[in-house]
Amino acid sequence: MLIKCPTLLGFFIFRLLSTELSDYLCISLTITHTMKPNTQQLNDLTIQVRRDILRMVHAVNSGHPGGSLGCAEFIVALYQSIMNRKDTFDMDGIDEDLFFLSNGHISPVFYSVLARSGYFPVAELATFRKINSRLQGHPTTHDNLPGVRMASGSLGQGLSVGIGAALAKKLNGDKNLVYTLHGDGELQEGQNWEAIMYASAYKVDNLIATIDLNGKQIDGSTDEVLPMGSIRAKFESFDWDVLEIKEGNNIEAIISGMQEAKSRTGNGKPVCVLLHTEMGNGVDYMMFSHAWHGKAPNDTQLETALAQNPETLGDY
Amino acid sequence: MKKYTNTGSKDTRSGFGAGMTELGQTNDKVVALCADLIGSLKFDDFKKNHPERFFQIGIAEANMIGIAAGLTIGGKIPFTGTFANFSTGRVYDQIRQSVAYSDKNVKICASHAGLTLGEDGATHQILEDIGLMKMLPGMTVINTCDYNQTKAATIAIAAHHGPVYLRFGRPVVPNFMPADEPFVIGKAIVLNEGTDVTIVATGHLVWEALLAAEALEEKGISAEVINIHTIKPLDEAAILKSLAKTKCIVTAEEHNILGGLGESVARVLSSNHPAPQEFVAVHDSFGESGTPSQLMEKYKLNSQAIVEAVEKVIARK
Repeated sequence: MLIKCPTLLGFFIFRLLSTELSDYLCISLTITHTMKPNTQQLNDLTIQVRRDILRMVHAVNSGHPGGSLGCAEFIVALYQSIMNRKDTFDMDGIDEDLFFLSNGHISPVFYSVLARSGYFPVAELATFRKINSRLQGHPTTHDNLPGVRMASGSLGQGLSVGIGAALAKKLNGDKNLVYTLHGDGELQEGQNWEAIMYASAYKVDNLIATIDLNGKQIDGSTDEVLPMGSIRAKFESFDWDVLEIKEGNNIEAIISGMQEAKSRTGNGKPVCVLLHTEMGNGVDYMMFSHAWHGKAPNDTQLETALAQNPETLGDY
Repeated sequence: MKKYTNTGSKDTRSGFGAGMTELGQTNDKVVALCADLIGSLKFDDFKKNHPERFFQIGIAEANMIGIAAGLTIGGKIPFTGTFANFSTGRVYDQIRQSVAYSDKNVKICASHAGLTLGEDGATHQILEDIGLMKMLPGMTVINTCDYNQTKAATIAIAAHHGPVYLRFGRPVVPNFMPADEPFVIGKAIVLNEGTDVTIVATGHLVWEALLAAEALEEKGISAEVINIHTIKPLDEAAILKSLAKTKCIVTAEEHNILGGLGESVARVLSSNHPAPQEFVAVHDSFGESGTPSQLMEKYKLNSQAIVEAVEKVIARK
């Protein structure tokens, strides 16, 4: 099932040689990490991921484009530059880094990056949210979709799961890391704070939890819905090592920040990354608003959005 | 017919503790998690012998279920332990999404189930947990009757891949199942053969069913007693086989009548061979403070209640 694929560089060379769209779609756009792509290649991939997100939610007139677009650069950087991943997928993930998406509603960006990293065929993105698909509205392990290790969607559960996986790695003598991603609004769920308390108390220091700090949730800004004060101060008071990525939609800033985060693991504290992002990033009319958290663009809006993100690697 | 006798009363939770002690020695994938109830769950030996595989989570059951789910990724077999109320109702969504829907190999082990928790009262006496757990797709639901069966079940579920809810209790009760009785998930055990009525009992009510069968024998009624330790998957064949002979059934459980064993048995009957059934269960109420025996008498969950139900169901044949 898994498509073995050339490096991104190899793909670009291949693409230059290919004249038929269908030719490269069939091996499509899958990228391994044997050679790390450069910034330009990552930015091109990000644009393509944006197109995937927009087309996926448009096709079924549902889903969550806002947070997906806001985290596109982060998920691309994580899978293409930061994480130590194996080419094949197995549930236990021994001897590789693991990622858990706690805010499962941003599944479009997760699915797009997984597909374009070679976990399953890119063409399968067309089945998102449709009947009999492995690409459920929120991620699930139920249909054996490679790349997904935990169902998420009901919020606030991913950090606990990440801690468990990190503890298993310690028991197994596996030095690799566990990454998790959470919405900032999601921190309103109480289970997070049980997990945050536990992780520092028991020195789960092979864990990097990233908070998507876009300041928005369904009903408005986080300050309007439930002001959370300083999230940094809260994590620090729970004895986490906290760092911030101020430009959370800038690939180079993300890579630099996450490298710094990695360097802080193994020092007796869990690491928290506050990732400052813009919901709806890359589509002008979706940015600076919470309105596109869970709303799909119509035909005209899709056209406008795609025009702002011209095809780079090829649509599914 | 084999005669079951009490070989020395013990609590079922000590059977769980003994099972964990044995698993600690025989299966290094087994890990244990507890939410501030090590003594109550009899985790002391496991913690002492395998500190690296024991996780004290604190009073944070939602986090415990999530951490258990995560530990399976990497090949561990987590056993979580707390009271039944905090093992199920408090963390239903965590179990639903992170364990059941995610197909995780977590064993949710629940002590102090039902009224026999006693004096702590209704806040802790969950009577809805079997229903909650049996409704989750893929979840195996087990309710053991004594020390020996709880120990055997604890060991057996480690070898079963998939989420399991193992329910047991607080009080000291008769220990009557043979220590060498094999525990097969989903396989009912006929304790007493009979021809007039089938009594299908689970948990602490199994011993009461045996007492009822003795009392009924004196009245000239031949009762078949089935120890149905696994509520899901239910051994439908064993129930139907017995029913073909007796033509009526009494179910007995320390649980709400809504959502428990009785309703599962009723579904089997109505789908196959409709027959009279009476329910020994709590009739849609909360419990209250009291001693276990006082509560079981007041809420009609003892051998006398089973005898009365049998007489009623036979009259309906």
